[in-house]
Amino acid sequence: MAEPLLIVEGLRIAYGGIQAVKGITFHVDPGETVALIGANGAGKTSTLKALARQLDAAGGSVRYQGREISALAPHELVGQGIALVPEGRGVFARLTVTENLEMGAYCRHDKAEIADDLERIFALLPRLKERHGQLAGTLSGGEQQMLAMGRALMSRPRLLLLDEPSMGLAPIMVQKVFEVVQEVASQGMTILLVEQNARLALQVSRRGYVMESGDITLTDAAGTLLDNPRVKAAYLGE
Amino acid sequence: MDIFLQQIINGLVLGSIYALVALGYTMVYGILGLINFAHGEVVMIGALTALTVVKLLAGSGLPGPVIALIGLMAAAPVCMAIGYGIEKIAYRPLRKAPRLAPLITAIGVSIVLQNLAMMVWGRSYHSFPAVLPAEAHEVLGATFTDLQVIIVLVAAGMMAGLLLLINRTRLGRAMRATAENPAIAQLMGVNVNHIISLTFVIGSALAAVAGLMVSANYSIAHYYMGFILGLKAFTAAVLGGIGNLAGAMIGGILLGLIESLGAGYIGDITGGFLGSHYQDVFAFFVLILVLVFRPSGLVGEKVAERA
Ligand SMILES: Nc1ncnc2c1ncn2[C@@H]1O[C@H](COP(=O)(O)OP(=O)(O)OP(=O)(O)O)[C@@H](O)[C@H]1O
Ligand SMILES: [Mg+2]
Repeated sequence: MAEPLLIVEGLRIAYGGIQAVKGITFHVDPGETVALIGANGAGKTSTLKALARQLDAAGGSVRYQGREISALAPHELVGQGIALVPEGRGVFARLTVTENLEMGAYCRHDKAEIADDLERIFALLPRLKERHGQLAGTLSGGEQQMLAMGRALMSRPRLLLLDEPSMGLAPIMVQKVFEVVQEVASQGMTILLVEQNARLALQVSRRGYVMESGDITLTDAAGTLLDNPRVKAAYLGE
Repeated sequence: MDIFLQQIINGLVLGSIYALVALGYTMVYGILGLINFAHGEVVMIGALTALTVVKLLAGSGLPGPVIALIGLMAAAPVCMAIGYGIEKIAYRPLRKAPRLAPLITAIGVSIVLQNLAMMVWGRSYHSFPAVLPAEAHEVLGATFTDLQVIIVLVAAGMMAGLLLLINRTRLGRAMRATAENPAIAQLMGVNVNHIISLTFVIGSALAAVAGLMVSANYSIAHYYMGFILGLKAFTAAVLGGIGNLAGAMIGGILLGLIESLGAGYIGDITGGFLGSHYQDVFAFFVLILVLVFRPSGLVGEKVAERA
């Protein structure tokens, strides 16, 4: 069994005096898609932000490829192979689609391969190709989500952190976004997927963690979680 | 003599200088949301540094433009270092403080720089040696000098270069991304602190050029000149739409024209009651009008940002 790509132990996050994440432990193996599901305010976004060094953890350790990364500067993370697609997409509204994608490759210097990857992303997300010269702020929500994912892929990550890719999208667009997630996963990408849409998230994942008010309360194979009566009642609306 | 054409020429020269200084305000505002009120003092230090070097070399037999260029090469690094230092020492520690704190600090930095300059250069006016070609040419009853042509052309060149840098290079893209969303830019691997430092350094380099221009154009420099010049350039930035590069350029040129034409005609307008030394009121009149009627400036419209 290979060493996990990411090992999180006892991670705590606090805002002021309030504990948002209360010492969670989980791991992600190379090549797998892992879902982190939970209700509003459970602490999912906070967890991803701590992994991407967007905020400082109050305690615990985050090891990636066997190395502690919780002391890295925020801008050093992407160079290590970790890319976050943030909640709410965070595209650069005043940059064009192509410029957004080029920003994804900011820390790379292999010009020719960046150009190849750009074509690959356009092939994966044809809607973006049609709109390559358009300002990202004028894209639809679904297109912006695609762009945010494409931008993250442009950094050639080894670990992709996705924060609620389905948020605020029409069902047809959610479907499309998840098709892309599955396509990327099938090419061997390691993905940590945060979602409120638990059913979809578990359907594309191998394993899942359930987070409730700052704690991980349940973990299992994704298929098992889908059949779990508690999960069904709380997150699948059955 | 055609006073209208003459004032247009003067206005373009003045406006080019305002535009270069306004860019410094607008770039910093675009990336930090901060008005760097000390920027005018950076221009002043650039002017005095360049003037001092030009004075030293004035009798050396070197051609005038070469002397001016050496003056600039001395002033630019000094200004860049000061710009870098201001950000690092005065603004960076306040990055997360309420907005009023850096504003007050900016005024404090202004006073410090002014006093430093006073200690180095004294309170007196320094005259800029006439090393640059100043013969007047005549067109249609108006006159202009080679120096004025050089000022306009160099300013235009610098602005074109800046636009290319910002809009066409990887670095410029990172600067625009950082201006829009520093947290996300950081996710892309952008060292936001570097970008912010660089913004101050570039703005200060432009300030050095403007300082040389203004002291050569008026043949004079002194420790207090940065205040009014800074305020006018700030007005130009607001007029164009603060945070917007093209806006700063347009606002600068426009303000130069308004001021020149205003100074040229104020005597006629007021029946001789006010003279051309009231030139400065136009800038502040413009500032008030813009703030009241169009605070976002002429080209300061935001792109629609959809969720
Ligand atoms: N910047 C902040 N300041 C203070 N409290 C915060 C901040 N960000 C998050 N919180 C709090 O931390 C807790 C966890 O928030 P977080 O955004 O991580 O939840 P989440 O699981 O991502 O929720 P959602 O599904 O709604 O996105 C919440 O109680 C929230 O109010
Ligand atoms: Mg969230």
